[in-house]
Amino acid sequence: MKNWVLIGALALIHFSTFGQENAMKKIDGGSYLPLYGNSNEEVNVSAFYIDPLPVTHEAYLEFVKEYPEWQKSKVKGLFADKRYLEVWENDLSYPSVLKNSPVIQVSWFAAKAYCACQGKRLPTVDEWEYIAMANEVKEDARGDSLYNLAILRSYETPKTYLLQVGSKPSNVYGVYDLHGLVWEWTLDFNSIIITGESRNNGNTDQGLFCASGALGANDLMNYAAFMRYAMRSSLKARYSMTNLGFRCAKDIKQ
Amino acid sequence: MEIKKLNSFRGYFYLFILLIPVIIVGCQSNESEKRYTPKSVADYSKIKVFGEEHATLTAPPNVPPPVGNRPAKKLFVEMEIIEKEGEMADGVTYMYWTFGGSVPGSFIRTRVGDVVEFTISNHPDNKLPHNIDLHAVTGQGGGAEASFVAPGQQKVFSFKVINPGLFVYHCATAPVGMHIANGMYGLILVEPEGGLPPVDREFYVMQGDFYTEGKFGQQGLQPFSMQKAIDENPDYVLFNGKVNGLSGDNSITAKVGENIRIFFGNGGPNLVSSFHVIGEIFDKVYLEGGEQFNHNVQTTLVPAGGSAIVEFVADVPSNLVIVDHSIFRAFNKGALGILSVSGEENKEIFAGAIMEGIYQPEGSVIQNMPKSELEIEAPANLTKEEQLIAGKNLYMQACFACHQPNGEGIPNAFPPLAKSDYLNADVDRSIGILLHGLSGELVVNGKTYNSIMPAQQMNDSEIANVLTYVYNSWGNSGKVVTPQMVKAQR
Repeated sequence: MKNWVLIGALALIHFSTFGQENAMKKIDGGSYLPLYGNSNEEVNVSAFYIDPLPVTHEAYLEFVKEYPEWQKSKVKGLFADKRYLEVWENDLSYPSVLKNSPVIQVSWFAAKAYCACQGKRLPTVDEWEYIAMANEVKEDARGDSLYNLAILRSYETPKTYLLQVGSKPSNVYGVYDLHGLVWEWTLDFNSIIITGESRNNGNTDQGLFCASGALGANDLMNYAAFMRYAMRSSLKARYSMTNLGFRCAKDIKQ
Repeated sequence: MEIKKLNSFRGYFYLFILLIPVIIVGCQSNESEKRYTPKSVADYSKIKVFGEEHATLTAPPNVPPPVGNRPAKKLFVEMEIIEKEGEMADGVTYMYWTFGGSVPGSFIRTRVGDVVEFTISNHPDNKLPHNIDLHAVTGQGGGAEASFVAPGQQKVFSFKVINPGLFVYHCATAPVGMHIANGMYGLILVEPEGGLPPVDREFYVMQGDFYTEGKFGQQGLQPFSMQKAIDENPDYVLFNGKVNGLSGDNSITAKVGENIRIFFGNGGPNLVSSFHVIGEIFDKVYLEGGEQFNHNVQTTLVPAGGSAIVEFVADVPSNLVIVDHSIFRAFNKGALGILSVSGEENKEIFAGAIMEGIYQPEGSVIQNMPKSELEIEAPANLTKEEQLIAGKNLYMQACFACHQPNGEGIPNAFPPLAKSDYLNADVDRSIGILLHGLSGELVVNGKTYNSIMPAQQMNDSEIANVLTYVYNSWGNSGKVVTPQMVKAQR
């Protein structure tokens, strides 16, 4: 009996991954200059697939139906704090206005499980930052001050998690909403530490703080990135935050 | 022989042992004469705590009650971080990041030796992580690292205050400048044993510079401008977080003869304040918020991330104007507050104007702009609504200091514009007053005034706008003044 369920589930996963994979965008690898690290050492990013949209409440409901251990009342405290799916009315229902809004108040464990159940994974910080440099026309729009301003604005605008996914234009890769709606979990969110004490240049994480020391008048993008890194480093894997959602990525098999 | 030798050796040995303490003590006393041990280390860090207490926190301009004679205690402080939109000036809003919902953040009052258990909560709707660096804390980052907290989380950390004084606290999360520029600062007072000497009134005032995309007065929600912040070029320099943060409804009041103490801090992020009260002299200033004080000070310099305690007795009734005496900040960027002192006149100290008249030496017209410059701008034809908006802005810049925000004027000094019979009787006369100034006696609403209004350096459309605003406010006749009408009176 148990085996049948398992096989059934596997078939379902296979089916759904097949469906999703078509929808995923293929990102050709490349290299980029991250906020941290030496100022002239580029980081290589291998090719990968990425979900074009953040995971919505609607999609997340399907997940918790299939995997009840991730339902609001059943989730283990070790894997999600008390705010996990706090806006949900009960285990299987969220406020209907949020149907196409990004799912929020999910822990890293939950996001990771969601992606794993579809044969995917969370994107790494480098992958995420790599595609987040793009605007509608350019792969690296970091030199475009208007683009940077728009990002900074959205970080200051409250309650953007209520917006619907995919309602703004996609970037040049066909990926939507990397900026403007919610922060997103990354696989290695805590690998770069901006410590709570963020001013001791060069003391804790040499590269990162050197970058901070080198901030010039034109590095508005770095300010936006700083806010993202600061946010990531304040997280713990069980936190379920109101302004934090996720999307999945996937390796390209050689 | 052998024994004797041994004995004498023992003798020396005992002598040596006896001498050891003398040598050590000698060294120590020498050492302590040379070394200065601050009181914070020698005494304050060793103060024992007796009992517990929940700290009262207050929003500006209020200050929690003095510590008085209480012993050092374990003090619980709870503070919530809230990101919220608030009014910066009339029709101008800003996304403030706050400690406790106000800019500056809640005032914390402690006593030296207190062990503070600080709970910091980051509201779940907030978008960013925050923390707090209290300059009163001895320890890593002033508590910044220990208090780093994600939205929807809370952290508790603890410290002992071992230096009395008035200290700034602020957020220190990357990008630090932006967190401070958005209003994340406040004051924590550490009172000495026995408390500060009692006074009649205490106020909490803090200055901050703000960087908006739009210029001063530009309407609507104004986003933060990183570029202006980096250029250190603020459009607003404010007391208590908004243009009317310390004037109008938020003015502070006192009575003649009262002892007044202002806890003044400067959050920055960039500017240094030349703190001054027009019409008063600080009887006592605790320099930089520390233990030293100076007497009879006109203006005290308060660095960004620094403070001062100023004390004075208000001797005569008046509206004391609190400013940053880097004076364009006061009259053009908002760093202006009012301390309204009421009570009996004291002619011994201030007799008021004894005589006045017009003094016009030859060539006094040099103060006027060359006429051609005023004529460059063609009179724009605005709608009445546009005129009202533009006029209100001008009024708040050029007129309100005397005629007051709601045109009520100041009794015996500046005539009212609200429901003013004099104003409503003759439009051309009003235009003429703005163009040429006015002095001498006049009667407005049955009261006699005798003061001077200078000619206004405005162009035709500006005068038309400000007058249209005045005529359409506060129960006045609702007339519309056009630039052409102004031109005709030049």
